[in-house]
Amino acid sequence: MTALPYVDGNMLDGPLGEVFAVDLSTATGRCAHCGTASPVAGLRVYSHAPGLVARCPVCTEVILRLVRAPDRVWLDLRGATFLQFPMPPE
Amino acid sequence: MGIVTPGFQGRPRSGAPNLPPGQYLTPDFPVLSAGPTPKVPRETWEFVISTETGMEYRWSWDEMMALPQETPTVDIHCVTRWSKLGTTWQGVSLDALLDGIDTAADYALAHSYGDYSTNLPLDDLRDGQAWLVHTYDGDDLPAEHGGPARLLVPHLYFWKSAKWVRGIRLMVEDNPGFWETAGYHDYGDPWREQRYQGD
Repeated sequence: MTALPYVDGNMLDGPLGEVFAVDLSTATGRCAHCGTASPVAGLRVYSHAPGLVARCPVCTEVILRLVRAPDRVWLDLRGATFLQFPMPPE
Repeated sequence: MGIVTPGFQGRPRSGAPNLPPGQYLTPDFPVLSAGPTPKVPRETWEFVISTETGMEYRWSWDEMMALPQETPTVDIHCVTRWSKLGTTWQGVSLDALLDGIDTAADYALAHSYGDYSTNLPLDDLRDGQAWLVHTYDGDDLPAEHGGPARLLVPHLYFWKSAKWVRGIRLMVEDNPGFWETAGYHDYGDPWREQRYQGD
């Protein structure tokens, strides 16, 4: 496999910020395929596509997909077993 | 004082009459990809059509190249709104590949080296509407554009023309592919602007 240009997961801050009320830049996601837990910022995001495709930096499987229509957004998280967000102490 | 009243014109249309609505013309050939580019040597490349009964029909590179070759010149329309007119390809008609295959399937799922897939009605692969192409503009199809071989189904949005295609599953029921499971339209007719589900 040769690498095509991709960008790091920091670019997801804006698009995911439309969906989530929490700051995703410090979130962690666990890959449903290989089990690696990675910071969202460390995912490999293929953005030259009809949607955003964020892949595991270890096994390259899809963790997250985001498709933005003018009036709707689809978020597919089937490739993640969890997203973990740091929260202020209760 | 005159008031310009453009009147009702329906959906906004692109400037050129041969462009579907909402598309713009590009002289470039943008590279879109949902993942890494797979390296597929021709020596190990194969194309497999599997039927709903489990029958499999396989072609090696040499076997595929020995089939009658066609050189379609077609317009292509990407759902990200660029269109490119008069593109020239070489490859094998899906009619030639499907010829003699006994199936009661109504649907097809094209799947690729890598994890890409896309679904279409089987009828949209027949009657001179679809090709397995290996040459673009007189040269070997570059890997970034889907080489060694990709599907070409120009009457639908270009995400249906699966890059690095490895085979087609013929199915009795429709199964959505990579983008179709993430909000994109099941059929994807650019002239009806079927971009997203419900369009």
